Amino acid sequence: MRGNVVKRKNAPTKVSRRKFLSGVAMTGAATAVSVAGEGKAAVEAARPAATRPSTAAAQAELATQSVHVAPGTLPGRPGSDFMVDVLKSLEIDFVFSNPASSCRGIHESIVTYGRNKKPEFITCMHEESAVAMTHGYYKVAGKPAAALCHGTVGLQHAAMAVYNAWCDRAASIVMVGNRMDAATRQPGVPTIHAVQDPGSLIRDFTKWDDNPQSLQHFAESMVRAYKVTMTPPLEPVLMVLEEKLQEDAIEGGGRPLVIPKLNNVAPPAGDPNAVREAARLLAMAENPVIVVDRVGRTAAGVRHLVELAEALNAPVIDQLGRMNMPNNHYLYQLGGGGLIERADVILGLELTDLWGTVNNSDDSVEMAQVYRPKAGARLISIGMGDLYIRANYQDFERYQQVDIAIGADAETTLPMLTEYVKQAIPADRRAKIAERGDKARKGQAQARQRMLTQAAANAWDASPVSSARLSAEIWQQIKNENWALVSRDSSLSNWPHRLWTFDQHHQFIGGPGGAGIGYGLPAAVGAAFAHREADRRLCVNIQNDGDSMYAPGALWTAAHHKVPMLTIMWNNRAYHQEIMHLQRMANWRQRGIENPHIGTTIWDPYINYAKLAEALGHVGIGPITDPKDLAGAIKRGLDAVKMGEPVLIDVVTQPR
Amino acid sequence: MRKTFVFIAGATLSAAAFAASSAFAGQAAAPAGDVAKGKASFDRTGCWQCHGRQGQGGREGPRIASPVPMTWSVLSKFVRTTRGNMPPYTENVLSNQELADIYAYMRSIPPAPDFKTIPMLNGMMTTASAER
Repeated sequence: MRGNVVKRKNAPTKVSRRKFLSGVAMTGAATAVSVAGEGKAAVEAARPAATRPSTAAAQAELATQSVHVAPGTLPGRPGSDFMVDVLKSLEIDFVFSNPASSCRGIHESIVTYGRNKKPEFITCMHEESAVAMTHGYYKVAGKPAAALCHGTVGLQHAAMAVYNAWCDRAASIVMVGNRMDAATRQPGVPTIHAVQDPGSLIRDFTKWDDNPQSLQHFAESMVRAYKVTMTPPLEPVLMVLEEKLQEDAIEGGGRPLVIPKLNNVAPPAGDPNAVREAARLLAMAENPVIVVDRVGRTAAGVRHLVELAEALNAPVIDQLGRMNMPNNHYLYQLGGGGLIERADVILGLELTDLWGTVNNSDDSVEMAQVYRPKAGARLISIGMGDLYIRANYQDFERYQQVDIAIGADAETTLPMLTEYVKQAIPADRRAKIAERGDKARKGQAQARQRMLTQAAANAWDASPVSSARLSAEIWQQIKNENWALVSRDSSLSNWPHRLWTFDQHHQFIGGPGGAGIGYGLPAAVGAAFAHREADRRLCVNIQNDGDSMYAPGALWTAAHHKVPMLTIMWNNRAYHQEIMHLQRMANWRQRGIENPHIGTTIWDPYINYAKLAEALGHVGIGPITDPKDLAGAIKRGLDAVKMGEPVLIDVVTQPR
Repeated sequence: MRKTFVFIAGATLSAAAFAASSAFAGQAAAPAGDVAKGKASFDRTGCWQCHGRQGQGGREGPRIASPVPMTWSVLSKFVRTTRGNMPPYTENVLSNQELADIYAYMRSIPPAPDFKTIPMLNGMMTTASAER
């Protein structure tokens, strides 16, 4: 079926498989009629009408000697080469993909025409991992990578990872292959894997999708996709790569193909009048509190937040959606016990869940819900959540009434807010605000001592290993390196955030956003790709054991593509949160608490993650059960990582 | 899922007082308990899942040992009647004697060392003090 040469009235030396195929289709239709009427012999007689011409015939028809027709080859440059040109124009560095027939055209173009550089085809072992890698990559690189998936089953695999990226406000360009034309699809699996509307599967949690029907359409839509995914609120987008566009030769004779220039969109700042009123409330507050989740969209966001906090000497409660603020700053708070209750003005910046921030909600039979702020406390929100919302999935959380709601990008709005705060502080309040800062400095030193005391109390020599001990042992050996944590640390009771010093934006990337399990390992690998490209930073991934088994093939991807990273398996041998849920059910129902381990634990047999990692191309160390063995294991692991090896250390741990 | 457990720590065993569900639970002095049996019950009933193998505490449950931060009276009332994120352990699932044994086990866990005696932690006090 591949290729042929047909004469084009206005472009005699150009070729068009599309036109040729139309001819085949017409012939085929005629043939079908004759099959019914004249039998097999007539079919055989009709077939030559669809065969390709010889080189001599083509040269004669096109009146040129430049055309050579080899049997079974495509004359001219395929459309997917142009698609690669578009990706290159956008400086897409990586295409994370599990290979698929519907993407074979662009796959071949990336690795051959594009020389497999910028973009490089990254071999993934699951489409969910491929998208999760783009998710982790974006949060370090600050720009999107692409994931390439089969249009149906591949995208079905990828869906959860797309939802995580959606909830986490992460840029990602998901590309899927598909063939709409039933007349040119192969029967069987290729047709089973074709779909009328690929985007419908994930349209509830993608910001935009398109199904271009020409290469020019593709160029414009891909540039638009990049622009859309990178405009706050950053969200994943979907591009369908029509198989025929990928595989057919680029048509000549028409208008030249043009790749539009990318225009980045300046994010919106808040309405000046609303921002000024918010500044007035904050400036006059006795106990202002700032709560942040994803305000550190870039390193600039961190600087702007520090400036605002220092202008007010207001504590900042970090919900760890991103690296928002240096955790050694005297105003930094993790958890912030009691601050919400004492505050008279609460400023929420890019919060996922403002309701959950200012309300306690017990997971109990009574479902007690308590509004935390004191009477009269004022609430201000700044974020993109009010500007962009969908109906179906409930990631927008419960509705929380506020006093001032500013729909804007918080990072962009902060400089204006800080300036207005400075203008709004009366001279007679400056001493009081300074005093607030002095108190915070003293409080931070005391809090540090409490933390270290608690760390020591945290079963320092216990086996399985405690979260505090493991965190301290890792920190001891990375603190003088150019390091980055490429995982969240909530499962370790946030001990890394309590013991380590995070003061660079790239050192922390938050969590999955949608709490979809299976994000951790591939997102860490994606982040490590970006760190490798940026500055060969030393990547540490503290990996939940249950999460890792959703897609352990991500380890192979890291090994295959020479991505060094130290993975510490936080091996508590359970889906631990679910154990607690089962305990809760059992206690509410008062009918025995003997069975919550059934279906929630990863015992019998224990998984040997070191051997698993070795099989997937890693240096495998462990299992470590005695904390006294940690220092040696970590040193051995780091030495290997510095030599460019990916390493996994299996550490058997306490539950949290 | 994150929010489900974030605030559990403050809502569990740190509560001050609740109505007693039995005369046993209201006793001022702890009844005699067996440390070994208490450890077995501590493991079997899953106390460690939130509070750690040595009662050291964590994100989902506060420290309950080294030393035990509450009296028997407060503990026994709380365990039976909590309405917070920690579910109540009634006598249907945990007998009075088992609770007394668990209390004995919790009390047997030795005090934590001073962090200043652990060089790795002591060093963190000084490095962290160089805050911005």
